[in-house]
Amino acid sequence: MKFGVVIFPGSNCDYDTFFVLKEVLGQETTFLWHKDHNLENVNCVILPGGFSYGDYLRSGAIAKFSPLMQEVREFAAKGGLVLGICNGFQVLLELGLLPGAMLRNKNLKFLCEFVHLRVENAKTRFTHKARQRQILRIPIAHFDGNYFAPPELLRELEKNNQIVLRYVDEKGEATEEANVNGSVSNIAGLINKTGNVMGMMPHPERASEALLGSTDGRMIFKSLIERL
Amino acid sequence: MRKVRPEKKNMVDNKILADHNLTLEEYKRIIELIGREPNLTELGIFSLMWSEHCSYKSSKVHLKKLPTTGKNVIQGPGENAGIIDIGEGMVVVFKIESHNHPSYIEPFQGAATGVGGILRDIFTMGARPIALLNSLRFGPLQKAKNRAILDGVVSGISSYGNSIGIPTIGGEIYFHECYSNNPLVNVFALGLAEKNKIFYAKAEGVGNPVLYVGSKTGRDGIHGATMASAEFGKETEQKRPNVQVGDPFKEKLLLEACLEVMEKGLIIGIQDMGAAGMTCSTSEMAAKSGTGISINLDHVPQREEGMTPYEIMLSESQERMLMVAKKENMKEVQRIFAKWDLDAVNIGEVTKGGRLRVSFRGETAVDVPVDAIVNLCPAYRRPSRKPDYIRAVKQLDLPPFPADYNTIILQLLSSPTIADKEWAFRQYDHQVQINTVLLPGADAAVLRIKGKKKGLAMTLDGNSLYAYLDPRTGGTIAVAEACRNLACAGAKPIGVTNCLNFGNPEKPEVMWQFKEVIEGMAEACRNFSIPVTGGNVSFYNDTEGISIYPTAVLGVVGLLDDVRKAVSPGFKGAGDIIVLLGENKEELGGSEYLKTVFNLEKGLPPQIDLEVEKKVQETCLEAISQGLIRSAHDVSEGGLAVTAAECSFWSKPKIGCILDLDDNIRTDALIFGESQSRIVVSTTSSNLSALLRLAMEKSIKAKVVGKTQGRNMIIRHAGREIINLPVKSLYKPWKNAIPQAFSVR
Repeated sequence: MKFGVVIFPGSNCDYDTFFVLKEVLGQETTFLWHKDHNLENVNCVILPGGFSYGDYLRSGAIAKFSPLMQEVREFAAKGGLVLGICNGFQVLLELGLLPGAMLRNKNLKFLCEFVHLRVENAKTRFTHKARQRQILRIPIAHFDGNYFAPPELLRELEKNNQIVLRYVDEKGEATEEANVNGSVSNIAGLINKTGNVMGMMPHPERASEALLGSTDGRMIFKSLIERL
Repeated sequence: MRKVRPEKKNMVDNKILADHNLTLEEYKRIIELIGREPNLTELGIFSLMWSEHCSYKSSKVHLKKLPTTGKNVIQGPGENAGIIDIGEGMVVVFKIESHNHPSYIEPFQGAATGVGGILRDIFTMGARPIALLNSLRFGPLQKAKNRAILDGVVSGISSYGNSIGIPTIGGEIYFHECYSNNPLVNVFALGLAEKNKIFYAKAEGVGNPVLYVGSKTGRDGIHGATMASAEFGKETEQKRPNVQVGDPFKEKLLLEACLEVMEKGLIIGIQDMGAAGMTCSTSEMAAKSGTGISINLDHVPQREEGMTPYEIMLSESQERMLMVAKKENMKEVQRIFAKWDLDAVNIGEVTKGGRLRVSFRGETAVDVPVDAIVNLCPAYRRPSRKPDYIRAVKQLDLPPFPADYNTIILQLLSSPTIADKEWAFRQYDHQVQINTVLLPGADAAVLRIKGKKKGLAMTLDGNSLYAYLDPRTGGTIAVAEACRNLACAGAKPIGVTNCLNFGNPEKPEVMWQFKEVIEGMAEACRNFSIPVTGGNVSFYNDTEGISIYPTAVLGVVGLLDDVRKAVSPGFKGAGDIIVLLGENKEELGGSEYLKTVFNLEKGLPPQIDLEVEKKVQETCLEAISQGLIRSAHDVSEGGLAVTAAECSFWSKPKIGCILDLDDNIRTDALIFGESQSRIVVSTTSSNLSALLRLAMEKSIKAKVVGKTQGRNMIIRHAGREIINLPVKSLYKPWKNAIPQAFSVR
């Protein structure tokens, strides 16, 4: 399995994701530069967290026009695996590779903290190492993580089993209080219809080493590594 | 040589001098040094470089008293930041700086650019910044204006730090009336570098190109440093245009590009254009290398039209650097900056003869010796006098005993200074770079170093009420407590940086406070054998004639031999034994208890015996290294009762405790007093005797004071129950105090 971690100007979780894949999980991993048109034959592209192009217009809005994203669009269309984490998720929404949009967090503040997530679909290529409804403890760090989808889209997402992760409390209940950023239907992670593109607001790379407080994030990477 | 551009004849009058914060004596000295009257641009340059902010003219004679050497010191004061060797070929580069005045005028941008500035100080030296901390002081939250400043400052720090991707891993927030019109924003940053890849502000090699890199120059921030060197009056609001606007995205690109050219060894020297902008970077780089610099302002990238040499030289536009490259590498440097979409423009060269020459549209705009600008600013030994209040505050008539201690502990826990700061911390990305081992709120922040066994700890501390009541003791305690915070996490202190925030130094009373605080700090640093590697002095923290309390913020960096052994303050489970290292004394002066409950700011602050302090810390460190303790938390504001409550708050799931105290002192002093050199630790019954033996060997007092159990916090004194409350009820006011202050309108 060869991973490619994209560097946009303003990416800041690129090295973290690279470190976990390469040093912690021992995977072949390479950086991909936003100005290039070369995906270097990777099997999985990761769009990391950060503030691509400063996120000045709207999170992820400028990144969508970068040369490399045209390749990623094609790669995804051919069934290539793409994972967007945090800012990466926002970019996937802007690219139209995933449906819906992000709003500012409901309290209008940046939020950085550990949250609990429930695996709603453990049959995807990104989550098959988890048990259905398993509770994960993984941190978030974002200002625009309040996922929005209109009712008809939400119904479709439910019907197609595209909701992969939800914000829950310690006991696994999808409460209003646990839904820290105000996402519709507590959605924290989403997959496309064809099952090869996933976006998630929480940072699995920040929860991959016991020293840092949790290893629950490894499940995502391990699911990719041990292909379904 | 061309003639220096003539400006208006006899242009300097008293008003111009006053606008530039220069005295007539200083002006005469300038004339003497350059052999003629300066033109306006030159006057502007001197006014910036001779400002208190840049020249330390009132403080430098006193700062010399601080110990600055040690076997691991690679760089002490005088550079952008201090450097300490941490072994295995690595160094830490760190510094603290104030951004008080801009943060009052424009809280969001003031704080944001404070973060940007301190980060540039770190990465100009070749270090990748890995941590930010901040010490913030505001007036009481009952006032809407103070809430707005707090909100703006925290948002500004959050916006800049999060975007650039450097974790803000801790700090402190204090509230006091004295900061109402003079908030303090002190920002600390630390970076990691390889020992053989450190860069300095050097302009060596005559003929080498001088490169301007980063953002374009605008009119923002002109006179920022002079603004920070004067008191605030009623017209301060008008100074808003003096505050710069930050662009963290640009700085992220600048950071990556600078580190890349440094990694490849393409440059000779680099200096950030922070306070005093291009003036400071050009003249300092040349002065440090005994060379000169010639630049042509026509080549400086500008984002506004019609800027004068005065404006270009004095602009404090952010996210800019000055570099001196090896001639043959210039093209490669420019290629790397282009890759990051940044300008790297050749604006001049290194020259012989030690002069700063600036040309503009074919004329010479500036031609002065760099030494005069940088090194020959007058140093003042300003008069000092012990303030009258010192005698008055010593008289403390203790209030009667409270009827109900349960009410008092709840009141203390909801005092914003003691209350939980998560409202701010959760707005900071504290985990980016995936090194954060101890999350914000602990005694010290702890980071791992990837690929190494050792870890880094750091903390900021400084109690200004103590320093107000007794500046010398306040200075000593600030150092001692910061080191104690590190000891609680398991780290040994290796270096200190400090941010000294005071009132107007032209007031003899302020100068006396300043001298006393330094004496106190110096004594403590010598005792712990830790070098001061730099810092920052912020004077003129006065508004309408009222000075802030003397506020020395100490930033101490520590090293853990094994980061996996880091200890957090929270209890780890039921049935553990709680041991107090150190001794309870009857001291209530300067306590948060007297201030919050009785509105009394009197008495002597707690006294400190540095020998005892050192041994208590050594005991804690040794116990952690031997794996004898499961939690450690130092006793500070709010005393033993607040400390125990916080240990419960940090436990997961939350566990209660029972403390059985038998000291023969006043009950309120026992549980709320802030006697120094005390650490509350918890241990298992099997490790208890080894822990007590260790304390005995170090000849410090240590005794069992209770155990962890149940869901309540119970405190007994001489068999009588004085506090008994569910941890849940204690937690709520502590957790909600700050958010609630914002919901009240």
